Amino acid sequence: MNFDFSDDQRLLQEAVRTMLAENSTSQAVREVLEGRATHSTKVWQNLIHMGAAAAAIPEVYGGAGLGYLELCLVAEEAGRHLAAVPLSSSIYRAAEALLRAGSEAQKRRWLPGITQGEVIATAAFTSTERYRAPSPLNFDGQRLHGTSPILADGAIAQIAVLQVGNDLVVVDLNGQGVRRTALPTIDPTRPLAQIEFSGTPAERLETAEGAAVAARVLDAAAVLLAFEQVGGAARILELARDYSLERKAFGRQIGSFQALKHKMADIFTRIELARVHAYYGAWALSSDAPELPRAAAAARVAATRAFLLAAEEGIELHGGIGFTWEMDCHLYYRRARHLAQLIGSEHAWRARLADELIKEAA
Amino acid sequence: MDFNDSPDEAAFRAEVRNWLSANGQRRTRPDEAFGEGLDEAAKLALAKAWQAKKAAAGYAAITWPREAGGMGGTAMQQVIYQQEEAAYLVPQMIFEVSIGMGLPTVMRWAAPELKARFLRPGLAGEEIWCQLFSEPGAGSDTGAVRTRAMRDGDEWVINGQKVWTSSAHFGDFGILLARTDRDKPKQDGLTMFIVDLKAPGVEIRPIHQMSGDSEFNEVFFTDVRIPDQYRLGPEGGGWKVMLSTLMQERLSVGGNLPTDLHRQLIELARICVWDERPAIEDARVRARIADAYLDQQGVSLIISRGLTALSKGKTPGPEMSITKLVAAKAMQEISSFAMELAGPEGLLASEVLGGNWRYLQRLWLGSPGARIAGGTDEVLRNVIAERVLGLPGEIRTDRNVPFRELDRT
Repeated sequence: MNFDFSDDQRLLQEAVRTMLAENSTSQAVREVLEGRATHSTKVWQNLIHMGAAAAAIPEVYGGAGLGYLELCLVAEEAGRHLAAVPLSSSIYRAAEALLRAGSEAQKRRWLPGITQGEVIATAAFTSTERYRAPSPLNFDGQRLHGTSPILADGAIAQIAVLQVGNDLVVVDLNGQGVRRTALPTIDPTRPLAQIEFSGTPAERLETAEGAAVAARVLDAAAVLLAFEQVGGAARILELARDYSLERKAFGRQIGSFQALKHKMADIFTRIELARVHAYYGAWALSSDAPELPRAAAAARVAATRAFLLAAEEGIELHGGIGFTWEMDCHLYYRRARHLAQLIGSEHAWRARLADELIKEAA
Repeated sequence: MDFNDSPDEAAFRAEVRNWLSANGQRRTRPDEAFGEGLDEAAKLALAKAWQAKKAAAGYAAITWPREAGGMGGTAMQQVIYQQEEAAYLVPQMIFEVSIGMGLPTVMRWAAPELKARFLRPGLAGEEIWCQLFSEPGAGSDTGAVRTRAMRDGDEWVINGQKVWTSSAHFGDFGILLARTDRDKPKQDGLTMFIVDLKAPGVEIRPIHQMSGDSEFNEVFFTDVRIPDQYRLGPEGGGWKVMLSTLMQERLSVGGNLPTDLHRQLIELARICVWDERPAIEDARVRARIADAYLDQQGVSLIISRGLTALSKGKTPGPEMSITKLVAAKAMQEISSFAMELAGPEGLLASEVLGGNWRYLQRLWLGSPGARIAGGTDEVLRNVIAERVLGLPGEIRTDRNVPFRELDRT
């Protein structure tokens, strides 16, 4: 039984944590929150140069050639420090889709720029949950038409991998006929954009199973985002715990009241359950196990619930001061919500988990 | 990261498998119980025979030192043995207190001649041990025990009542926490003893549980005499001795939850009908199946992580309290939902319904007890808050107050 990360993997995590503690400070995150920067460029550069962002990408494409377990721990730290960087769009989704759907030539063409940090990439797959009805994407084999309504980091990305029916296409966002509109969002530290294409040249990735690859990429993203969620949840719980030891009311530390102790114990419990589900997802992802769809869905649901709970109660535990702009509580509240819906809500993933379980019990 | 045994662990597992298949009897269905159809006496005799065989092979106390009759093995080997034994029809809740609490306390605190007297017969199942800590007025607050031990020459005279004592109705000896000094603060006036449950003045009455079963007892002591050599640890040192007993539990890796409960829900949901369709097609049902899996798989994975620590020779920490907290509540929620699946028919007793209902209804009736035994949900939340998160302990009004004054109110 070896259901934990190795000492070497923990060392990498430690290095990333130290770097992020120095660079992804509250002040740095707020630069993006308040619109003075599109993302934390220094954090992004460091993650690239440390080989952390591209930990799971083979060396032949400019990655560090480590593995998914390493990338999972990088994700945990990114979540913990609210890193305002295009890690999930460029790495978890775009690079992952290129790796799994691209021909050798396509991988050699597109991946090195991403792994070296010269190119920021993004990706969007067909969402099963919608509010507005955009004009659907259409790809005629050469050119792209229509709208990608919610593209993470769409305003700063140079390329995008998009699902059009059963095709995955890669498109240069600086190409002709691209109209980008940065959209104001509930978590400005993770920007979204709408992109309209009118006859933009695009290239079909080699795979004939675009939808299946997209599902597989989403499973990987679900596991990696679960680590971000667990990292963020653990951090906001620590902040609330620390505050409850500092703040006094009715002549006592508020953290000595059982109403608060039990609330924090419950949050911790939900985080630990999410953490082990995320570990299981990491195991399935790194060993390419057939359990991945089940493990990814479980990690996604558990981690989404845990981060939302920790972030919501994190403000409550702080009391009035937690409701102010100056305190960081709302940064976690916003990020928890962003991560909860970025790749499908917990309801969609819970349904997916049930599908897998029922299929297995057939 | 993997779920495989190390080479040493695999070798040990193979040994255990060989021994079990040569000596044990495999379960034929998941809820088959040891000694089904036998009366209590015959079942106990069969259990004792099994324990004797197990002790002779060294598996009764894998982690104990060899000189005490154990195997000198690791905690991980103990877990491997338990995992393998789970597929066999073996006695449940008969020798656990002997091996897990009574005898380790004797090993740690008793004089050499007493160890020689008690350890071997206890291990072999010839004598069964109980734990006598809880009282009607001392549940979560174990330090509040009232049972008196008064010195009389070389003997102690015991008067009082214990409760929730498992195995007492067929037990032989117990470790007894009693008050020897009412003038000291509560935890300082306690002493631990070995008590002979067959001694005059000991009366044992089974408790009729809400589930209809009687797994526990009340034990009454009226002028029961205990020789001073049966005292474990110093007079007034009972609290420390008790903590050493409970520390044994730290090595175990926490609460358990059957791992196939979501499958049982799936099976039932395929049969039950909601809105004229199989319930399994209903999104509400599917969501609950997923949630059942999340809790039970989560508990099982936390245990796997604890085992990883054990396997590396570390002791899993107090965070393992999570497993019991989650498992007991999940047991209640999942079994309740199973009953809800069947609508009003879910109200019928299992004799009428057949199928897996006996098991599910036992789970439902047993879960309130599981949420209390071995630390209530609330005590466990305090443990997590204080020992894991480092939050302050409860404000106490009973510290440094002579017990005599506390007992008055």
